[in-house]
Amino acid sequence: MAIDRGEVRRIAELARLEISDDAIERVAAQLSSVLEFAATLNALDLEGCEPVALTAADAPARADEPNGRRLAPGVATAGAPEADEEFFFVPPVVENLEP
Amino acid sequence: MSAAESWAHPAAWLAGEVGAGRLRAPEIVEAAWDGPAARWERDVHAIAHSERERRHDVAQAAAQAGPLAGVPVLVKDNLCTSDWPTTCCSRVLAGWTPPYDATVIRRLREAGAVVVGKGNMDEFAMGSSTEFSCYGPTRNPYDLERVPGGSSGGPAAAVAYGLVPVALGSDTGGSVRQPAAFCGVFGLKPTYGRLSRYGLVAFGSSLDQVGVFARHAGDVALTYAALAGPDPFDATTRLGPAPDVSAWDAGVSGMHFGWPANLWARGVDAAIVAALERAAAAFERAGATRVPLEFLPGEYGVAAYYLVATAEASSNLARFDGVRYGPRAAAAGDVREVQVRTRSEGFGPEVQRRILLGTYALSSGYYDAYYLKAQRARTRIRREFAAAFARCDFMLLPATPTLPFRLGEKTDDPLAMYLSDVFTIGANLAGIPGLTAPMGLEPGGLPVAVQLLGPEDAEPVLLRAGRALEVQGDPSRLPRRHPTEFAWPSRR
Repeated sequence: MAIDRGEVRRIAELARLEISDDAIERVAAQLSSVLEFAATLNALDLEGCEPVALTAADAPARADEPNGRRLAPGVATAGAPEADEEFFFVPPVVENLEP
Repeated sequence: MSAAESWAHPAAWLAGEVGAGRLRAPEIVEAAWDGPAARWERDVHAIAHSERERRHDVAQAAAQAGPLAGVPVLVKDNLCTSDWPTTCCSRVLAGWTPPYDATVIRRLREAGAVVVGKGNMDEFAMGSSTEFSCYGPTRNPYDLERVPGGSSGGPAAAVAYGLVPVALGSDTGGSVRQPAAFCGVFGLKPTYGRLSRYGLVAFGSSLDQVGVFARHAGDVALTYAALAGPDPFDATTRLGPAPDVSAWDAGVSGMHFGWPANLWARGVDAAIVAALERAAAAFERAGATRVPLEFLPGEYGVAAYYLVATAEASSNLARFDGVRYGPRAAAAGDVREVQVRTRSEGFGPEVQRRILLGTYALSSGYYDAYYLKAQRARTRIRREFAAAFARCDFMLLPATPTLPFRLGEKTDDPLAMYLSDVFTIGANLAGIPGLTAPMGLEPGGLPVAVQLLGPEDAEPVLLRAGRALEVQGDPSRLPRRHPTEFAWPSRR
C-alpha cells in the first residue's frame, strides 16, 4: 500500500505532528515500505482466528478495587512546564470572551 | 577480597558479603565507578543519568539486608525513579523526574539493591540499536564500531563491560533479548503480567514487559524472584505467586527441547547456526532430548508486531503534549499549536515514524485491514506456540539473525532494522517468556548467543536451560580489550 504526501499530511494532523516539506517524501516512502511488508499477513491463513488484544486475557484478573494511594496535586503538577500547586497551565482554549 | 575488586563479582556473591557485614553498598558502588570497568564508559556510553554524589546518597540509604543487598543495578531510562531523571532518552521528557518509583524499582530497593542510575536506550524504546537516543548512541563493548543492540542497549552494555552485575530493561519486541545477544549477557523477558508495568513508561501496553540482564543465570533468577508477583497498581499483573525459580541450577535432564530448524534454513549468520548446534549438543549431553519441529516463519510476527505496537504507541504517546511533563515548545498560539510544536520538536524521527504508522493503522477505513488483521495474526501465533509446547518443554532458536551490526548500517532503513527482531517478536505477541543465553565469542571476537522460549510461566525451565549452557560455556567472554577478568561463579 503506497502512501502519498497528502496521506502523510492527513495522519500527521491526526497525530499532532508537523512533517517538514523536506522530510515528507522520505517519510511517505518509509511508511509505504513498512505497510507493503505488513501485507505479508495477507498470505497467512487466519481462518478461525479471532482478534486478541491482550495475551493475559484468560489469566485470572485482580479485583477492580480502588486504593487509597494518591499523588498530592502539587506533586503531580511539579514536573509540568507551566503549573502551580493545583493546576496545569495551557494557552487559552476559548477566546473572545469579552462581552 | 577488597571492595575494589568487588565490581567483577556476581550479584549473589555481593549480597552475601553485604549481608555478612564484610562489604558495604557505598564501597561496592564506587568500586565499580573507580575500577577498570569505569574506563569503558567513556567509550561505550551506556549511562544516560548518574552522578557520584547522588549515587553515594542512594547507596548510603540502601537496605543492608535482602537478596540483592548492596548490588548496584542500572535501570533503563523508561522506568520511573523518584531520585533519578526519567526521560526515555527523549527531548520531549528532558529533565523530568517522576514523583514516584515504578513497582519494580521499589521492589529492587526493598531487596537491598542500589539503583545507580539510568541506562541509555532508543528513544521511548523504539529501536534495535540504541542509536535513536537523544544523548547519542551506546557502542558495543566488544567492538566500538558496532551497536550493542536495542532498545535496552545501555543496560546490556553496562552489564557486559562490568559496571554492574545486574540491570533492568524493557522488552516490547525483543529489546532485552536482542541487546543481551549482541553484548554477550543473559537477558530474560518474563511472561506477560509477571513483572509489574506500573511506572514503566508505556510503549505497547499489551506487549511491554520489564526484563533482567545479568552475566550469570543465577543472578537473573535472584533478580526475577525479587521483582515478580502481583501488583495492585497494574491490573495486567497475574494473580497468585510467580513461578519459583530457586531450582535454576537443577539441570535439563529429562527435558525435551524444540528444534525449529526451518527458521534458520536461510538468512541467519553461520556463527549463530554453529552456536545453536553447540547449545543443542550441550543439552543432549546433559540428558535432554531434541524434538525437531516446523515453526511459523518470524516475518509474519514482524508484520503483525509493527501494526499492533505502533497502534498502541500512537495512543500511549498522545500524553506527551507539553502540558503535564517535560519542556514545552516556545509557540505563540493556541493549545493545538503548542501540542504540535512540542511533539514535533521533542520526538525524534523513529518515534514520529511509529506514531504516524500507528495512527494510520488505527484510522478510519484502514482499521480492519491492518490493526484487526494483526490482532487475528496474534491469535494464530499463540496457537503455533501452544502446538509447539505440547511437544517440548522449551524451544531453542536464534535470538538474532545477525551478529552485532555496524553503527549507521540500518538507521535509514526502518524495515531492515525491524527485521533484526524477527526471532524475538513472537514471544511478545504470545505473552510467553524468553531468555537469551550467551554462547561465548565467535572467531571474529563478537558475542554470539541463542534464545530459549517457553510456555507461560516457564521461567524456571528457561533458567535451568540457560544455566546448563553457562556451565558448558566458555568463561572467557570478556570484551577483547578488557583489562581484567570477571570472577566466575563456582560450579555447583
